[in-house]
Amino acid sequence: MSTAEVYWINGPVIRARAHGVFRMKEAVLVGDDRLAGEVIRLSPDAVTIQVFEDTTALMPGAVVEGTGLGLAVELGPGLLGQLFDGIQRPLKVIAETHGDFVGVGQSAPGIDRERLWPYVPTLAEGDRVNGGEALGEVQETPELVHRVLVPADVKGKITWMAPAGDYNVEAPLARILDSAGEEHEIPMLRRRAIRSPRPVARRLTPGQPLLTGQRILDTLFPIGKGGAGEMPGGFGTGKTVLQQTIAKWCDADVIIYIGCGERGNEMASILREFPELDDPRTGRKLMERTVVIANTSNMPVAAREASIYTGITLAEFMRDQGFHVALVADSISRWAEALREIGGRLEELPAEEGYPAYLPTRLAEFFERAGRVETLGGLEASVTVIGAVSPPGGDFSEPVTAHARRFTKCFWALDKERAQARFYPAIHPLQSYSGYVDDVARWWQDRGGMHWQDRRARVLTMLEQQARLEKMAKIVGRDALPAEQRLILVCADVITETLLSQSAFSENDRYCTPEKQLAMLELLDQFMDLAEEAVTAGADPDAFYALPVMRKVQRAGDDVANDDLDAIKDIGREMDEAFAGMTRAGTRESA
Amino acid sequence: MTANTIELMHKGLTRIQGPLLFVKNVSGVGLYESVEVMASDGRQRVGRVVSVDQDNVVVEVFQGVDGLSLSETRLRFLGQPIMLDVGKGMLGRVFNGIGKPLDGGPRVSAEVRLPIQGNAINPVRRMVPKEFIETGISSIDIMNSLVRGQKLPIFSGSGLSHDQLASQVARFARLRGGEAEQFAVVFAAIGVTFDTAERFRREMDEYGALERIALFLNLASDPSTERLLTPRVALTAAEYLAYKEGRHVLVVLTDMTNYCEALREVSSSHDEIPSRKGYPGYMYSDLSTIYERAGRIIGRDGSVTQLPILSMPNDDITHPIPDLSGYITEGQVVLDRDLDRRGIFPPVKLLPSLSRLMNEGIGKGLTDPDHPILALQLYAAYAQAHRLRLLSSVVGEEGLSSADRLILRFGDAMEQKFIHQGGERRTLEESMDIGWQLLAELPDEALLRLSEDQLDRQIRGRRHAR
Repeated sequence: MSTAEVYWINGPVIRARAHGVFRMKEAVLVGDDRLAGEVIRLSPDAVTIQVFEDTTALMPGAVVEGTGLGLAVELGPGLLGQLFDGIQRPLKVIAETHGDFVGVGQSAPGIDRERLWPYVPTLAEGDRVNGGEALGEVQETPELVHRVLVPADVKGKITWMAPAGDYNVEAPLARILDSAGEEHEIPMLRRRAIRSPRPVARRLTPGQPLLTGQRILDTLFPIGKGGAGEMPGGFGTGKTVLQQTIAKWCDADVIIYIGCGERGNEMASILREFPELDDPRTGRKLMERTVVIANTSNMPVAAREASIYTGITLAEFMRDQGFHVALVADSISRWAEALREIGGRLEELPAEEGYPAYLPTRLAEFFERAGRVETLGGLEASVTVIGAVSPPGGDFSEPVTAHARRFTKCFWALDKERAQARFYPAIHPLQSYSGYVDDVARWWQDRGGMHWQDRRARVLTMLEQQARLEKMAKIVGRDALPAEQRLILVCADVITETLLSQSAFSENDRYCTPEKQLAMLELLDQFMDLAEEAVTAGADPDAFYALPVMRKVQRAGDDVANDDLDAIKDIGREMDEAFAGMTRAGTRESA
Repeated sequence: MTANTIELMHKGLTRIQGPLLFVKNVSGVGLYESVEVMASDGRQRVGRVVSVDQDNVVVEVFQGVDGLSLSETRLRFLGQPIMLDVGKGMLGRVFNGIGKPLDGGPRVSAEVRLPIQGNAINPVRRMVPKEFIETGISSIDIMNSLVRGQKLPIFSGSGLSHDQLASQVARFARLRGGEAEQFAVVFAAIGVTFDTAERFRREMDEYGALERIALFLNLASDPSTERLLTPRVALTAAEYLAYKEGRHVLVVLTDMTNYCEALREVSSSHDEIPSRKGYPGYMYSDLSTIYERAGRIIGRDGSVTQLPILSMPNDDITHPIPDLSGYITEGQVVLDRDLDRRGIFPPVKLLPSLSRLMNEGIGKGLTDPDHPILALQLYAAYAQAHRLRLLSSVVGEEGLSSADRLILRFGDAMEQKFIHQGGERRTLEESMDIGWQLLAELPDEALLRLSEDQLDRQIRGRRHAR
């Protein structure tokens, strides 16, 4: 392999004089500690390298070793339940061998070499195969069957097949003879470059929602399986809690959670919570379907840049086996800042806010790796990407928020004022949107939500009118508004409390089934009908607040269990009676 | 690596620019290696290598470059990063900003030499912070609870009482039902006045806690670049006290704004491309290497809890310093000039204040089963009072309904009775009782966060008692 000699060091960026050929984006090892790095610029007299580890004590003269391969991750069974850093070092293994602190030159393979997996072939010798087809299966977790695929670039005839049995990831499982006469030996373990997307047979558009169990998302701003969404919010608006909530309850088969430049204690809390919480669909522990990538803010900045590519490559690997994968990245801004920092050290000409001019291109490449696809093996699968963005000063016009918006179809804007009132999830219903409503409407209709789209629109209209009327009320006083307008304010209040507010800590409310969401939407629809009738008959809308049933309506999320939807019907009946009583009293008065 | 002394004649040192020395013809020097810089007067300063080329080295001097000359300056490259000697007997002592004794006492017995930069705690070895610290302050204990291993900054403004609040927390803080066992305070003064540091020391003294505190002082008059070292030196000492001696250490860092100013100053001398307001683009990463040193480690007895103080320039919470800090720390306690003017102490502005780790540390089996819901309901009602206050400033209180006026009164009472407590220490139970009393003044329909059961247990009884 080629080598080079370091002559210039500036933080995570170094330059070396090459002896031999280096390629762009080639992975390299630097110095005696064999720090991981990647070639990012080439010139006749210098190879410029970004180093993914701390470069303290690195000296000119240190030797750089080329690997001849792009920066890659290891793939195979055994990813689930793991915690990796940004360049796929298994942090649990590193803690066992190197102690409590992450230091220079600590490394271990991403996939355990020793562990044996129960393998069952699904094809036989003599079968002809194409890239992406499954050769056999491994029961990776009690819920998930890992498919061992033929590499995408291999096709031919199976000349030898390992019998069912326990194998480690390096053991050959099959030999395939291609048309050029070359024989390929196929183990479970794969190495794949992280910078480019993995091939698929065909891309499809999202058709069913990724259910998160959060009413404001599923009912008002749904994201499709295979969609891309952005979640911007200033600090303290609840981004991380919402990201974790989605990672916990969404109905994907596999979750990739990327903590990119975020807090160490948050990673610790995921590691403590996820192994204890049950997946609402399978009853298994959440950690069994989750891979965590943690590059906390104080870990090296270049590895932070790599972390989202590591994450999405893992996601594509699981997708190719036919799974629906949700990738949650917290936060895209820290990744963009890492780009900016490296760019600054390369003395690149900065564009907006000091970010490099290629920021939008990189964002586009990343978000475009989301999608619903038909895999090479003919399965329907998807990667959904949800990226948190941390705009400086909470200003959504800054480059990362603004550019990410161009490449995502869901925009979930987190609102400071709601968060400060501890109103969660603090998503602002008027600043947010979803481009997947039409895609998923059919799914809701099939679930019995015949009027789902109309009711959703009615709710949003109320909230929109509320914003306008509140401005007016600020000037003339609420009492000066006519009853019909105060009715809108009351309806919007009730919608906000009932539908939009949801407690992440309540046993009943932290996950809301689609059935319960439909029932609550119907309850609100009924309330609006009754309230409108009552006001037409002369009732004072502000008097509705004091009706005892209204406490029950607004607390339905918290008080009613997912499997007790009759209780919502009961509230509906009680509301009918309460309003009928009010109208009778009103009629008596006027008589 | 062996220490190699290189005496540099005028050929070696080619340029002095800001705090940077440009040195020629040096080899065998590593990045971030520490350097002793000696002027002709024999005064020794600390520096570190910030950039290396084949045979050119740039050294950043932390203690000023006054009096250095190109020809007579000698540099000693130490072959290791900047270290701090730590050992028994650090508590009760006063050090300067780089850890040298200032109190005339002996040097600390160097049991261990630790690099002040520290290493990132492996996330899998972190213990989730969940031991509730009772600070005796209602607006923190009930509304923004502090737990061991957390980093909870005080966002303040010039002239506000953040120092008193920090000293009160340092004196009052204890685990519930626990004794004042192995706790210690490390106080790092970063570019503050002598007064501030001395007052803190005196208050701890009066409380009889002087033998539990170590002070690291970089005063306003000390070189600004040294401020880049002070928090790291203090945290290195804190980590020794926590992880080697098993103490629960509260680290007060004041004022982080001065640290960031120093960072900007040094960055601009490097000709780096500035990001917002001239601060370097890596300020987030840099601050994180300080704040992320708070934590608890599985299998070790002690903990490091941070209470950084930063004064928001112009009281602006969107300024890069509070903004980037807020993205790293686990919440913030925001102080407010209005409340301060009205004589409310501590002047904690509840709405923008937050403790992210609160839910880990409170509730059933930890504090009180109803503690989380009490905090949520107080917040919801207080936020509504805040909105109504804005509304009534335009249309007048008469424009509000009687239900709204009740909420408005609740808001005032919250500030007068709950947030305001002067120098008094309140137990969790006392603080909770005040909270429930205030909520009991509101009708059921204004208490949507509380279940029927919670209304029965906590609210209705208190209404009857009136």
